[in-house]
Amino acid sequence: MRREIPLIITFIAGLVFVVQYFIPHPPFDAFEQVFTNWFAIVQAFAIWLGALSLMKFSMLKIRRKQKDWFMSVIIIVGFVVMVAYGAYDGFAGMHASPTYSFRDAGTHFDWLYQNIYTPLTSTMFALLAFFVASASYRAFRARNLQATLLLIAGILVMIGRVPIGDWLTSFMPAHYQASNLATWIMNFPNAAGQRAIMIGIALGTVSTSLRIILGIERSHLEG
Amino acid sequence: MKKIIPIIVLLILFVIALFNKSQLEMSAGVSILVTILLGIAMIVVLILTISGRSIERRIVFLFIGVSLILPFFMNFTLPLQVSPEVRTLYDALAKLPKGSKVLASYDYDPPSAPELQPMGDAFMKWAFRHDIKVIIIGLWPQGPLQANLSVNAALADPEIAKHPPKYGVDYVNLGYQSGNEFVIQGMGTSIRSKFPSDLYNTPYDSIPLLRGVENFSNIDFVFNLSAGYPGTVEWVQIAVDRFGVPVGAGNTAVQAPQVYPYVESGQLTGLLGGMSGGAEFEKITKEPGQANTFLLSQSFAHVVVIGFILIGNVALFMGKTKRRPPIG
Amino acid sequence: MKVARAVFPLVILTLALSCNLMAQKMKIEPALDTATQVITQQPPIAPLNLFAEDTPDDAGNSMDIRWDLSADDSADVTNYQVLRSDSPDGPFVVVGGTTKGQGSFTDNTVKPGQKYYYKIVAQGAPLTDSTFVSSESTVFGPAISSGQWFNTRRSNVLLWTLVLSASVIFFIYRAKSGGKLYIRKIAGIDAIDEAIGRATEMGRKVFYVPGINDMDDVQTLASIAILGRVARIAAESDTYLEVPVSKSLVLITARETVKESYSKVGRPDSFREEQVHYVTDDQFGYAAAIDGMVVREQPATMIYMGAFYAESLILAETGNAAGAIQIAGTAMPAQLPFFVAACDYTLIGEELFAASAYLSREPKLLGSLKGQDVGKALFLASIILGIIIEIVTKVDFQWLLRVS
Repeated sequence: MRREIPLIITFIAGLVFVVQYFIPHPPFDAFEQVFTNWFAIVQAFAIWLGALSLMKFSMLKIRRKQKDWFMSVIIIVGFVVMVAYGAYDGFAGMHASPTYSFRDAGTHFDWLYQNIYTPLTSTMFALLAFFVASASYRAFRARNLQATLLLIAGILVMIGRVPIGDWLTSFMPAHYQASNLATWIMNFPNAAGQRAIMIGIALGTVSTSLRIILGIERSHLEG
Repeated sequence: MKKIIPIIVLLILFVIALFNKSQLEMSAGVSILVTILLGIAMIVVLILTISGRSIERRIVFLFIGVSLILPFFMNFTLPLQVSPEVRTLYDALAKLPKGSKVLASYDYDPPSAPELQPMGDAFMKWAFRHDIKVIIIGLWPQGPLQANLSVNAALADPEIAKHPPKYGVDYVNLGYQSGNEFVIQGMGTSIRSKFPSDLYNTPYDSIPLLRGVENFSNIDFVFNLSAGYPGTVEWVQIAVDRFGVPVGAGNTAVQAPQVYPYVESGQLTGLLGGMSGGAEFEKITKEPGQANTFLLSQSFAHVVVIGFILIGNVALFMGKTKRRPPIG
Repeated sequence: MKVARAVFPLVILTLALSCNLMAQKMKIEPALDTATQVITQQPPIAPLNLFAEDTPDDAGNSMDIRWDLSADDSADVTNYQVLRSDSPDGPFVVVGGTTKGQGSFTDNTVKPGQKYYYKIVAQGAPLTDSTFVSSESTVFGPAISSGQWFNTRRSNVLLWTLVLSASVIFFIYRAKSGGKLYIRKIAGIDAIDEAIGRATEMGRKVFYVPGINDMDDVQTLASIAILGRVARIAAESDTYLEVPVSKSLVLITARETVKESYSKVGRPDSFREEQVHYVTDDQFGYAAAIDGMVVREQPATMIYMGAFYAESLILAETGNAAGAIQIAGTAMPAQLPFFVAACDYTLIGEELFAASAYLSREPKLLGSLKGQDVGKALFLASIILGIIIEIVTKVDFQWLLRVS
């Protein structure tokens, strides 16, 4: 039964979701929201499992003094500090008058969020600028016809997306100026390619979902 | 030592950037000179590549870093053409009579702020100047806080500060609500059910601006700033397709291509795509902001990336990939 | 004195009339006595032909209301209010409204099976802060909403769902009866064996990144299915497989999958729980953690399968800098170009979903791919047919017959 029960649950849930999409009459209209709420609740409880796994993994690294174990110390300190200040601000806010949330401006948690978390995530996001450059330098080589077309399209879109492109091509008729060429590439070849990929993805999604609902695909249950 | 020189150069530039920008602003002449120097540096790299030396990625990173930071101190802007998608959005906003209610959904977080915040700032300033009422919500947790930054930027404008808009009467921030697209769906029936109070816990019914605002049929336009999911796609699929409310959007440059089909089909009333979309919006609304500065920075970076792509192709065609020590 | 008494009222009257004329010229709003409201403007003409009906294809909580715009819509009307009552005599309450120029409204607060009566109020210029010059339409009703058992707007979706499902199921069961099914070579999936072999030879780790979405995303499910196969190959070749995950539910599923794979090849003792570990839910925190692991541990192989967002290039470029062989697969169209540029092999869109079938070579799974391909062929045929019909109906072919 260990394998059968998950398959039965999967089948029932999958069937209900498909049926409710086509039947608006109550009680089918509420199923999607109900199941989504259940999933959110399960997800919220499951976060504890993840957090405990992270702490266990980090402590193991520290205990075994594996390479760069100090990074695990930083993880544990960061985790404990954020949780502690969040809890402190949360409880203090509940008993204050007027009440406030631990996320409100002016709390310790908000300070940590604005001054540590936000700059860190922005920095990671900013790395993309450098990585795009190094990836483009390495990948955009005219080795064959397709790569050459990719190279030309990439250069046209890059130069057309900034004012310099129109400035450089200002002598050409309006339709052939860089920004209009870039827009044409994005609206036609790119959109067509994206739609084709999205149709393929949709078909693949339907096929995979059918396999999972009917219990033919069981790798996620039994390896 | 050689390997850390690029890091030291970037750190020095970063420290300089921390100072008050206006004290270090270059004149137009100096700006052009610096641009020429950057171009000469790239030509040197090209010559070295032709002679058979490969470029280490740190050199690429150094050039990108310099090309991104220097324009912040330059004193010129590039001429800009307003694209049809941006014009469509502006025209839709301009047609709204005074007192119209616009729902502004800020669906992004700080990492996407460089692209989307200038759009939000320009919109807020324009709305306050033209007596458009703004109802702010967020489907991302940090969205309403980003919206407050837009409000603060608008209130700092000297002209708006003379007749400042009143909170609760001219604008209101209803805060964040979890639930993704189900929030949009719920708002089609009752906005109050999804946002029973504003960001400061004032009950919905106590807010003058929201009297008579039951659902989307009482909203004249939706202005959405989106960096992913939930975002513009969900607004189109639910608010436009099911409830018929017009929606205009600003997206990051990465997401904009996915949203173009909705613009073409007419489901989306205009699109501001990436940094250039933000700069065009600032131009057409006549609300100058940071997008133009950021766009200059982006322009330099794009040219440098294209330069390196061409250098890489020159190296490929020259076929001179002998084993000489790499540059950097 | 008598003359003064007679003339004085005339003077006052003349002055009053002059002031009134001046006020009208300057368009000053008339001051109103709260006790007696002197209406100086005409109410707009009432809207006509009010009609309310049940909104089709819904659960019965919605009513469509429409009316002809007031003849004064462009001039005197500022907005329309929609009022509703349970009886034709009232009391009526406001349920919503529209701006001028809009003659339709959807009332989303009705209960199915209940009778409702509607009227429209066309509002003109304001008299006070809360009252307006207005006119009302006649009452319409009763209107009753009800839920429908089938959403007819989705009939085309139902048709294609049935066609595709029938095709997939038909070929699944046909595959059971035997016979070899052709499937084209997918270089990225073929390279998985080679990539894990490389890691074995070099004595380094294999990193498997299952994406950033949770178990409710079909890409993550597909990724876990591939993970099972990859774990089996890694277990057979005694290569250390590390799986950092971003979501707790993915942690549980991935750990069970990898553990089962090790058991199936007879190496349950080789599996360690810390191989599959949770990092963080945060997108860039996850990317930073994996980048750190890659830079420190220099894995030989990186496999990215699942849903990725902006962190895709950060991960792939760092893996490239570490000298790892990289195989990626995602159904996120925006991230595909980054993976194509930075990785050695990329599975594009539906290839990710086909990978599990491709690796296992089970007839039923391969049959589903065949069914999917037949469905795609039908899609293609309908798109081409649609284009032809569109061209034929839109283009004027008379020029072929015209004689100049």
